[in-house]
Amino acid sequence: MSKDFARVLALGDDALIAAQRLAEWCSRAPEMEEDIALANIALDQLGAARLFLTYAGELEGRGRDEDDLAYLRDDGEFRNALLVELDNGDFAVTIGKLLFLAIYQRLAYQRLSAGPDARLAGIAAKARKESAYHAEHAALWTVRLGDGTDESHRRMQAAVDALWPYTHELFEGDVDGNLVALREPWLAEITAVLDEATLTRPADGWAPSGGRRGVHTEELSKLLAEMQVLHRAHPGATW
Amino acid sequence: MSARELVAAVRDPELPLVTIEELGILRGVAERDGRVTVRITPTYSGCPAMDAIRADIEAALDAGGYHDIEVDTDLAEAWTTDWITDEGLAKLAAAGVAPPARGAAVTLTLTVRCPRCGSPDTEELSRFGATACKALRRCRACREPFERVKAI
Repeated sequence: MSKDFARVLALGDDALIAAQRLAEWCSRAPEMEEDIALANIALDQLGAARLFLTYAGELEGRGRDEDDLAYLRDDGEFRNALLVELDNGDFAVTIGKLLFLAIYQRLAYQRLSAGPDARLAGIAAKARKESAYHAEHAALWTVRLGDGTDESHRRMQAAVDALWPYTHELFEGDVDGNLVALREPWLAEITAVLDEATLTRPADGWAPSGGRRGVHTEELSKLLAEMQVLHRAHPGATW
Repeated sequence: MSARELVAAVRDPELPLVTIEELGILRGVAERDGRVTVRITPTYSGCPAMDAIRADIEAALDAGGYHDIEVDTDLAEAWTTDWITDEGLAKLAAAGVAPPARGAAVTLTLTVRCPRCGSPDTEELSRFGATACKALRRCRACREPFERVKAI
């Protein structure tokens, strides 16, 4: 797998799997406005995923298009970070995942939009503005839940604690050359949100990874089963 | 009609009161050796209306006698609400959709007037409305809910 292909594939898979998870909330969110919001954010993620995966297919040069890459790869071939594939959990876990992801994506897209690859820069410049809305939405909820009732505070803190280990993987490896450098500005923004939400930033420790090498959790396999079943049963189906 | 005039008259499927030219998503129409090449840009990466817009452009050109058509999607530079023309903004307001502020960053909060009664006393119900490009608001004065095109 070439370095460029792997890099763009990781960006596309992060967005695709996040889109699929967020879409699971459709018709199940705590209120109608939130239902629409999460579906809209899922749609933005899906849009970015399609652009990244189309480009990844071209870089690979084996004639695979966005549908081939989304629907006809097995779990071991996906390159998304583990954070996005984890089950949605309760609403606090979903918001925690979105907060960590959206701020990371905005920073990563910001970097890419000024990078040497014009195609990637174009996709990133577009997606960056959307990520800003996603990050703001997640931050507002984090503060509302964290600085809310005893129960909402307890749940939001539990979500942050459970998800924290998975955030390290976002900044590992050379998926985007020097992602490590993004952790500091990410941490600064996250810390500001957690402080305002009266939440405690967890200590760094266990840092599970493997997503970028195709080593995933069982949760991804189940997600893919649902996402891919129609296309695999009826290849090329359209409506 | 010229190919450009035909394409410029195509309406946005989600905001049918404005044309794709007024919305700023039509980036160019070129004619060469009988082939028409149209460039469009999405408002949002995942805008589901893009396929419909592409089909509408092809249908409009086809009906106007142009049969060799190519519709390309152009991402750079990224669409911004600043590209909505003055006429487009006026039409949005007249139809009860509050237009976005000019040159507004996401984090900047500006007064949004109710498109029906004109009151500045309005509140945001949700950043995300019926389509990716709109937010949901309510007027505290006349109690009317309305949509607003988000500045991006």
